[in-house]
Amino acid sequence: MTGRGAGATISGRVINAVAPGALAELARGRHTALVSATNGKTTTTRFLAAAVATNGRAVTTNSTGANLTSGIAPTLARDPDADTAILEVDERVVPRVVDPLDAELLVLGNLSRDQLDRYGEVHLLGDAWRRVSETHPDLAVVANASDPHVVWAAAPAQVTWVTLGLGWRSDAATCPSCGALLTWDDDRFACPACGFAQPETVNRLEADTLVLGDERVPLRLALPGRWNLANAALAVTAAHTHFDVPAAVAADAVGAVTTVAGRYMHVPLGDGRHARVLLAKNPAGWSEVLHYLAGIDTAVVIAVNARVADGKDPSWLWDVPYELLRGHPTAAAGERRLDVAVRLRYAEVDHLVEADPLAAARALPGDTIHLVASYTQFSALYRRFGDADQ
Amino acid sequence: MSDESSTLRVGLVYPELLGTYGDRGNAIVLVQRARWRGIPAELVEVAADEPIPSSLDVYLLGGGEDDPQHLAAANLRASRGALEQALGGGAVMLAVCAGFQLVGHRYVLGDGSVLEGVGLLDLETRASPDRLIGEVVVEPESPLPLLTGFENHSGRTTLGPGLAPLGRVVVGGGNGDGHGVDGARHGRIVGTYLHGPVLARNPALADYLLSLAVGEAAVTSLDATLEERLRAERLHASAARGARRWLQERLLARG
Repeated sequence: MTGRGAGATISGRVINAVAPGALAELARGRHTALVSATNGKTTTTRFLAAAVATNGRAVTTNSTGANLTSGIAPTLARDPDADTAILEVDERVVPRVVDPLDAELLVLGNLSRDQLDRYGEVHLLGDAWRRVSETHPDLAVVANASDPHVVWAAAPAQVTWVTLGLGWRSDAATCPSCGALLTWDDDRFACPACGFAQPETVNRLEADTLVLGDERVPLRLALPGRWNLANAALAVTAAHTHFDVPAAVAADAVGAVTTVAGRYMHVPLGDGRHARVLLAKNPAGWSEVLHYLAGIDTAVVIAVNARVADGKDPSWLWDVPYELLRGHPTAAAGERRLDVAVRLRYAEVDHLVEADPLAAARALPGDTIHLVASYTQFSALYRRFGDADQ
Repeated sequence: MSDESSTLRVGLVYPELLGTYGDRGNAIVLVQRARWRGIPAELVEVAADEPIPSSLDVYLLGGGEDDPQHLAAANLRASRGALEQALGGGAVMLAVCAGFQLVGHRYVLGDGSVLEGVGLLDLETRASPDRLIGEVVVEPESPLPLLTGFENHSGRTTLGPGLAPLGRVVVGGGNGDGHGVDGARHGRIVGTYLHGPVLARNPALADYLLSLAVGEAAVTSLDATLEERLRAERLHASAARGARRWLQERLLARG
């Protein structure tokens, strides 16, 4: 696979494919917001673009998740008249594009382990983001108060915090500021050594309600899972505080989103049944998806590759509590199906092994099978079926 | 196993600091392979703010990022007495990547500063600007078969004169100090740079550690179809990346 086609400029070599001058030219005169995170950045971008468009702005956005400069430039070039750009940006790319794009808002969700063979250590990303805040103390940021790396990164700028909770804490054991062990008390973190701590804010996600200042905004999403409520809360907060969209209007726009660049699309299996496709590419994302799947009655296909864009080391499968799938009809698929199968064997989850994820889905019972795919497995399905049910 | 209990206690040491690369998997594999043989086993997590108990049967140290590794080193040194007591009493240890570096004397970082290890093995590590990343194949001493794994580290580890490596590197970097070896093996301590996790990809190594902990007789044979398919696939993938000739020569030499 070359990585061409929908969604994709995946090689690290092309990160700098577009000169800063060209980006600056394309971005001139626009209001530009950048969205980044390890997980949820494509969905949060889509949510924010939908919310901002409600106030009559002409919005351009990289809706397929092409989030390197080589994906951002065509997005801007395609829509010369759009006065607002809502752009998803790869975690590593954020520091290189804030100035060329003259960004006026950063929306920061979370940072956790992902593709360690090419992204490197999580705290290095947090440090790189922090240098952006330190050199742009007047920059507006909307950020997750529950993620220590994000708090460390955003704090020097003009931040609107929103407390989203953090399901995955395994990359947030030590203080980003001083390296001591963080303490977690009632979902709040603090460093006993240097005083670094979770910021206080009234803004927070409470089950499916966003508390925003003195407003309580119900979030009624078409998309599943707690993680999408967090994405929605971040997007509604950004739309309201920075783009003056009434929170309830923003929430309605976000609630109308049904698929996001192929995520959650239904793919026909050819026998009257469907596979619902989810993207999960690292332990934090997978853990959220598993808690959702464990609570519903569904068969599950786990389709994993370990190409460059997936991360070439699938050791992370062992960070994921697949034990939660016991009792669910399950299949291991993709190029690394044997790694998945061995993981499932040790989790004592009965499973079949089949390379092709759709063939695997057809072999499982039920009207709708959840097909959870790693990045390149997901991209292949997206290229083939597009947003089939939109 | 400890006298007070017939349960095999598999200790996962500082999972929040030394657990970056799926290292929990090594504990899951040991516990399950014991249970499947009718040996009661439990996974004991040792949190980073607790002293390490000397009462465990197996101690697993995994990979970690730089900041957590510093904290892990300090806490391991504070628990050195308990570890020595446990190892002296027959406990088994598997130390992987950052954990392997920390059981040595010291880790000399890129800026020249020195991170003192716990000194259980006669080895030392220096940081290199070049990171070793990719599939690894290691040929250990008999009776262990070829081991497969994935490495991702910048350490270059040199073993002291009396310390044996885990094996010879066939593909990849391993200890990376120019001797073409990976890891170390000394008594009941095994060290390696292989992730995967290494025990999931190499059930024979898991059973070797189990046999050290519970005795060879208790380590009966298990169905290994799936693990052997994975191992064969990984060996084949590594062979395709440059070692095919070597493997073929080995197979021919063995007739």
